[in-house]
Amino acid sequence: MDAILFFVFAVIAVACAANLVVQTHPIAGALSLIGVMGSLAVLYLLLGGEFIAAVQVIVYAGAIMVLFVFVIMLLNAGAERPVGRSVVARYLGVPVLVIFLGLLSYVIQSMLPASEAVRFGGFDGGAPAEVGRLLFTRYLLPFEVTSVLILVAILGAVVLGRKEL
Amino acid sequence: MNAVPLSWYLILSAVLFSLGVAGFLVRRNIITVFMSIELMLNAVNLSFVTFSYQFKQADGHIFTFFVMVVAAAEAAVGLAIILALVRTRRTLEVDEVNLLKF
Repeated sequence: MDAILFFVFAVIAVACAANLVVQTHPIAGALSLIGVMGSLAVLYLLLGGEFIAAVQVIVYAGAIMVLFVFVIMLLNAGAERPVGRSVVARYLGVPVLVIFLGLLSYVIQSMLPASEAVRFGGFDGGAPAEVGRLLFTRYLLPFEVTSVLILVAILGAVVLGRKEL
Repeated sequence: MNAVPLSWYLILSAVLFSLGVAGFLVRRNIITVFMSIELMLNAVNLSFVTFSYQFKQADGHIFTFFVMVVAAAEAAVGLAIILALVRTRRTLEVDEVNLLKF
């Protein structure tokens, strides 16, 4: 069952990511990215990250992608114009990418020490209670610093969004 | 075969990251380029969670959480920059924004 779930959602994630690269219209890319994020949330669940899976759906697929879609609609962004690419890039791009991915997979597969297979339920430290305890003890200072980061981002967005820049 | 080895998750993460890089280089629309960056961040998050499983510690989940916070801040500021860009230059094509190009 684990393997079936992994394969189904890995294929969905890779297909949606490839669609993001291929599509010329930004709204199609945004929908593909939402597909990638949803299937990654399922993979997080398989790896025992309940809290992260929920946050992935709520914050990433919910909030950030709504922001993207909102800006695409606000700007009335259409499909990008086809540009003349060099012959080398057109005919060599995809094969080189595939070769690179094959090499990368081989290197990861051969360099990683032999480890146990991933089983659902093999790690139960990703529950909200455990993550929250770490967040408010060992990672308290970085957690507080992120609040300053968010404040700076809000101010930057407000300043950049003003009428006269 | 009932379970998949850990390295397959890492390979999936590498594939998604490479596709993000390809989208970043190939696409001309600045919003799609921005979404490719988000795809790369997601791929790195998958690596974090995978290693968190490997070491049986939740620290990787904390880092994923922080990456999400940074991505949210980045999306807010980046989309505001895109809005300002469209307001001043009237274009979404990255090739036409070449004022600093020598």
